[in-house]
Amino acid sequence: MTAVLDTAPAEPKSPAAPGRGRLVLTRLLAARGATAGAVIVLLLFLLAFAGPYLTPWDYATPNYTAIRQPPSAEHWFGTNGIGQDVFAQTVRGLQKSLVIGLLVALLSTLLAGLVGACAGYFGGWADRALMFLVDLLLIFPSFLIIAIVSPKLKGAGWLAFVLLLALFNWMITARVVRSMTLSLREREFVRAARYMGVAPFRIILRHILPNVSSFLIIDATVTVGGAVMSETALSYFGFGVRPPDVSLGTLLAAGTDQAPVFPWLFYFAAGLLVLFVLAINLIGDGLRDALDPTSDRSTP
Amino acid sequence: MSASLLEVSDLTVDFGAVPAVRGVDLAVRRGETLGIVGESGSGKSVTALAVLGLLPRAAAVGGSVRLDGRELVGLPDKELARIRGSRIAMVFQDPLSAFTPVYRIGDQIVEALRIHRPQGRAAARRRAAELLDLVGIPAPERALDSFPHEFSGGMRQRAMIAMAIANDPDILLADEPTTALDVTIQAQVLDVLRTAQRETGAALVLVSHDLGVIAGMADRVAVMYAGRVVETAPVDELFARPRHPYTLGLIGAVPRLDGRGGPLVPIPGTPPAPGTVTGCPFAARCPLVEDRCRTAEPALTGDDGHLAACVRAGELAARAPRPEEVYPVPPVPPAGRPGEEILRVTGLVKTFPVLKGTVFKRRVGTVHAVDGVDLAIRRGETLGLVGESGSGKSTTLYELLALTRPEAGRIDLLGRDTAGLDRAGTRELRRAVQIVFQDPMASLDPRMPVGDIIAEPLRAQAAPRAQIDRRIPQLLRQVGLEPAHASRYPHQFSGGQRQRISIARALAVEPELLVLDEPVSALDVSIQAGVLNLLQRLKAELGLAYLFVSHDLSVIRHLADRVSVMYLGHTVEAGTVESVFESPRHPYTRALLSAVPLPDPVAERARTRILLAGDPPSPRERPSGCPFRARCQVHALLDDARRARCEQEVPLPQAAAPGVDHLAACHYPDA
Ligand code: SF4
Ligand code: SF4
Repeated sequence: MTAVLDTAPAEPKSPAAPGRGRLVLTRLLAARGATAGAVIVLLLFLLAFAGPYLTPWDYATPNYTAIRQPPSAEHWFGTNGIGQDVFAQTVRGLQKSLVIGLLVALLSTLLAGLVGACAGYFGGWADRALMFLVDLLLIFPSFLIIAIVSPKLKGAGWLAFVLLLALFNWMITARVVRSMTLSLREREFVRAARYMGVAPFRIILRHILPNVSSFLIIDATVTVGGAVMSETALSYFGFGVRPPDVSLGTLLAAGTDQAPVFPWLFYFAAGLLVLFVLAINLIGDGLRDALDPTSDRSTP
Repeated sequence: MSASLLEVSDLTVDFGAVPAVRGVDLAVRRGETLGIVGESGSGKSVTALAVLGLLPRAAAVGGSVRLDGRELVGLPDKELARIRGSRIAMVFQDPLSAFTPVYRIGDQIVEALRIHRPQGRAAARRRAAELLDLVGIPAPERALDSFPHEFSGGMRQRAMIAMAIANDPDILLADEPTTALDVTIQAQVLDVLRTAQRETGAALVLVSHDLGVIAGMADRVAVMYAGRVVETAPVDELFARPRHPYTLGLIGAVPRLDGRGGPLVPIPGTPPAPGTVTGCPFAARCPLVEDRCRTAEPALTGDDGHLAACVRAGELAARAPRPEEVYPVPPVPPAGRPGEEILRVTGLVKTFPVLKGTVFKRRVGTVHAVDGVDLAIRRGETLGLVGESGSGKSTTLYELLALTRPEAGRIDLLGRDTAGLDRAGTRELRRAVQIVFQDPMASLDPRMPVGDIIAEPLRAQAAPRAQIDRRIPQLLRQVGLEPAHASRYPHQFSGGQRQRISIARALAVEPELLVLDEPVSALDVSIQAGVLNLLQRLKAELGLAYLFVSHDLSVIRHLADRVSVMYLGHTVEAGTVESVFESPRHPYTRALLSAVPLPDPVAERARTRILLAGDPPSPRERPSGCPFRARCQVHALLDDARRARCEQEVPLPQAAAPGVDHLAACHYPDA
């Protein structure tokens, strides 16, 4: 604990003090890990969306004259068993996985935070109703439901798929947030806010959620990787991303057996996935430290 | 000083690279009481633990501790444990930690007896009962079979003293033995400690932050600051002619129950972070600092047993100044006359059901937390609300702040009945009444910068942005902080500064009534003085009214205009501070006042103390007649006919004379 010295330089006329948003942003930008992570994610997006224009090959069109070619000047990442260009496939898959991973994590964490905090803060019947919903969703075999529902959503495309994944991913987090909120609610600073007449939802937004944010952020970073993997599992069984479309997950699933012999079928996709998860973790750590003022490294 | 029983010389304790104790010398003679006084972080408790060899392994202990000439530092754990039980015994602040919760009290004392002196179970049990009797535990035979959690805090502390003296130790080491207790219980426990010392002839080493307790108990005193003893002297000498500026400041910082003075003497700043000092550790806060103070740490020197570690000790000894002659005392503007009434509470009642069972909850009883409370505060006035734990004072506060219809009774705030508030009314009252909590760490959101914290009530009142931006620097300056502090987080401030932030937040919306819930009891005295002075200044400048809740009567005496004493959910006495403190009418108030220790050994010895019997009853029981009956010292001396009245009739608050602002709820107030 560093006590502020009484001899802090006096500012005669200070401009308006920066609020929490600005302070967190400054701290976040000062954290090198988070910046590196953000740059990596940006580059990945660039690769994913500009990549298809860099190569003449299409991800879906087979080329039977060039089967299982190792990487070369022509096919940068080589080709697969039916002669499709692996680079074109990888960037296409990256597109899908980036969006799915980030969106699922964002949506499910938001939902978990809100539901958990509301249940914990309001208590009473709101708590009971929300927790009933959570338990209900927990005992549903989510995999089965997605399998049943997803054919019906064919038209809606992968966005619906994202929603489905998010919908079955937030419950345990919400339960944890709820129990954290239960103890936060009795803390004096929350009571103080109540006595000041701060509206309940504002208390949740300004006091409860920031104080559970460390947990939420860790959870979200784990979810990003998890979402990419569960998309793989679903795709493996023929739901989710269906051929000829690809995702990093489907590429990995297809390339696993062949990895020892035809490494280019596996390692490019795997490498990008690892890079992605790593970058998200860096951002998450940075964000967590930026939000937690006691983790002092970034303040001078 | 050859007859020292315990001699500590050049004791050092380091936790890693952080020095906690930096060369402490102490000597304790047989049968005497040595008081060690200091604020948090001064190293006083660490010193006590080091003497006992009870520090964790991470601590590096150096120097020497000799008991009867035998070196204790570096002895193997087993040897030390033997000495601890038989020759040195310890009384901790938290007695629960000294007893194993799953064993009966009696078994634990018997065990302590038999480890050190092999004897039969029956004999040991008899001795244990004697010990419990000695420390004043009623029905000792039965008490032996109780579990620790069945005892109240005061009883546990007594039982711990009984266990400590079980083997006739030569030294009794008490570390803040009464800090967690109410003052009437504290008086009982201190009394028991004296008895225990008399019976065993042991030397007592009493560690405390409370100058009053030290003044009443100690023969000699050592004052610790930043890991060293800065002054040591016989108790009268120390309080009458302190030679170290820190001691002088401490004495001036304590509000006193008997003198109603001007402002307290605040010691500016905070103690230095350990390991950062060169020269005198007090230099940064000392009003007498000179250049030579910063070059080398002054040694502890002096004559005839009065030593001080200050280069100007001789000057202080010769001049014997009063604290306010050395420390700059901020002027406190005189308070205005109180205005119209802004709060009136009549007959407030709040009960809680006692539920049992997990699946089917049954109501098995009722806690009468607040059982008829009357309060009134006028604009510009401070009402002190006093009571021990369980008296219902906090519940009263929260009932007030809830702004709803009370269970029974009536609350009028700014002329509005809280039972019939509409939205706009609630909003207006949420602005007009603000609260400052006890623990400034818990009441500030750790994740919010100070600027946002202070802006919160303004935002809740939907104040425009420009106004908020203007107000924050202004408020920070008003409470003695810098506008630049707005972008820092609470953990970067010391306790006193955090409490100032709390106060700034409460002032943001220009309230009319400030509710202060034990606002200084988490702070060290030297810091507390600064906050109390600030509160006094703000009240005078802004014409605020305070509802000041505290268990500390000296603080109330210093700050309040009127006082209201609560016992077991009832208001038992109310009136102006002068009348209540100078001529208390209710037997409880009298006992309470006599239990408060004075930081003045001479006055302290001259006082007669009214010791109350027993603990406050649980608010679950609602005695018939007077709630104070079971402990009332007056009641015990009455004849049967008059007693019956106490037993049957609830006493109502009665004024001392018609038109006099001094009520007491007792049938025989002046007996
Ligand atoms: S040595 Fe100097 S700074 Fe230290 S207490 Fe004495 S006068 Fe003050
Ligand atoms: S009414 Fe009786 S029991 Fe109650 S305080 Fe007065 S004398 Fe004591």
